[in-house]
Amino acid sequence: MKRFLNIILLLALLLAGCAPASTNEPVTLNVFAAASLTDAFAEIGKNFEADNPNVTVTFNFAGSQALRTQIEEGAPADVFASANNKEMDALIAGSHVAKDSPQIFLSNQLVVILPASNPAGIDSLEDLANTGIKIVLAAEEVPVGKYSREALEKMNASFGADFKDKVSANVVSNEDNVKQVVAKVQLGEADAGIVYTSDAVAAPELKIVEIPVELNVIAKYPIAPLVDSANADLAQAFVDYVLSEAGQSVLEKWGFGPKP
Amino acid sequence: MSKFFLRSKWIFILPGAVMLALFLLPLSAILIRSSGDDFFANAFSGQALKALRLSFITSAVTTLLAMLFGTPLAYMLARWRIRFKTALELLIDLPIVLPPSVAGLALLIAFGRRGIFAPALEALGVSLPFTPAAVVLAQLFVAAPLYIRAARIGFAEVDAQLEEAANVEGANPWQMFTAVMLPLSGRALLSGAVLTWTRALGEFGATILFAGNLEGVTQTMPMAIYLGFERDLGVALALSALLIVVSALLLMLVRRLDRQQHD
Repeated sequence: MKRFLNIILLLALLLAGCAPASTNEPVTLNVFAAASLTDAFAEIGKNFEADNPNVTVTFNFAGSQALRTQIEEGAPADVFASANNKEMDALIAGSHVAKDSPQIFLSNQLVVILPASNPAGIDSLEDLANTGIKIVLAAEEVPVGKYSREALEKMNASFGADFKDKVSANVVSNEDNVKQVVAKVQLGEADAGIVYTSDAVAAPELKIVEIPVELNVIAKYPIAPLVDSANADLAQAFVDYVLSEAGQSVLEKWGFGPKP
Repeated sequence: MSKFFLRSKWIFILPGAVMLALFLLPLSAILIRSSGDDFFANAFSGQALKALRLSFITSAVTTLLAMLFGTPLAYMLARWRIRFKTALELLIDLPIVLPPSVAGLALLIAFGRRGIFAPALEALGVSLPFTPAAVVLAQLFVAAPLYIRAARIGFAEVDAQLEEAANVEGANPWQMFTAVMLPLSGRALLSGAVLTWTRALGEFGATILFAGNLEGVTQTMPMAIYLGFERDLGVALALSALLIVVSALLLMLVRRLDRQQHD
């Protein structure tokens, strides 16, 4: 028993010795980011780590709606970057994010992607209504899924009244996040998918069909530090870096539009 | 450590209780949070009902197919002298321990539109991904091994003397199977089937990769739970509670059948 107590004491001393924070103490920053940011934020994270050698940036990429739920259920996040305002607003309502802290850091647009071999012979937006083709969208809960349906609504107005119904009949799966849509098209399981322009940039082997501005939807991404972050200063520093010229140029490289 | 502690029963009870708590607390948390006035409204809302129906039908088909194709396989493994038996048993057990994501990817790479066997399937006019058939295939891949395993053990336990006696009487292989083997291992087969059904009901990872997610077509209960928790936590909780209760009942049935088999 005595030896046991000694060990406990020793451990306690060791822990106490660690406690006073030195500037070089290793810190992990947990960044929860929309799946569409996967490639760009991975690069930004590396740059941020290079500038702050004691910091390790850990990412959790998923659909913004999934990340929002995880944060609400207590997941340890320092920064949240969402693909829409809706999920950010939900976190403000739940006091996880301070009311005035979110900042729009980029804009994004939609594009139709096709497998390189284009098995369904699609070369215009109207072709999405052809019978028998397989379209994969993100689920309606996912920001890009909601934007996709808004864009289809606009196309409906200009291509004819049953366009959206025909396209909806062609939808074979509602995926959980945008990267799953890309994957299903890359594998050739789907004939077409609607994703962000940035996702098409990250998968250059895919064919694309542009969506003209008047039929497109401009997505605006907000970013904010979390109220409960254990490293509030560092979280803010990461947000500032994303908004800085260096951060913006990385985002631009990956096909995102500038912050408005 | 005090001698009292080492000598007492607590050295078993305490760690055991910690382990039990890990199972009990999360499951009861779901039951507690889902119980309320709106449980039935949530569990039987439009989307939930479609998922329930699809899960019930696909898992039932899976179980029937597992019995149809798994029984002969289990029988051969248990009673015949065949080569590479160990390797075959290992192959059949593998899907039980593989991550479902590996199973889903494997099915996609094999039977997807660009899969290795795509030309053959195309010649037959079959396209599997995004169909209820893909849901069944994913469930079968993951859950059928449980049936085959149970059936194999059931067949193996039949007394060899009975087999010899039947041989002396001049029984052919089919008579041997139907008159001797099936009656004596019936409950083991049923127990394996119920276990497979339970596992098929819970299949998620392979399904979402291979079959996708479309309400009423490929969206099973586990998938509705996964996506539902982002849209409406109430529906996800109600469906989870339902799955917990149904699975518990099915497991009780398995135990009962196992007991009867050995009595």
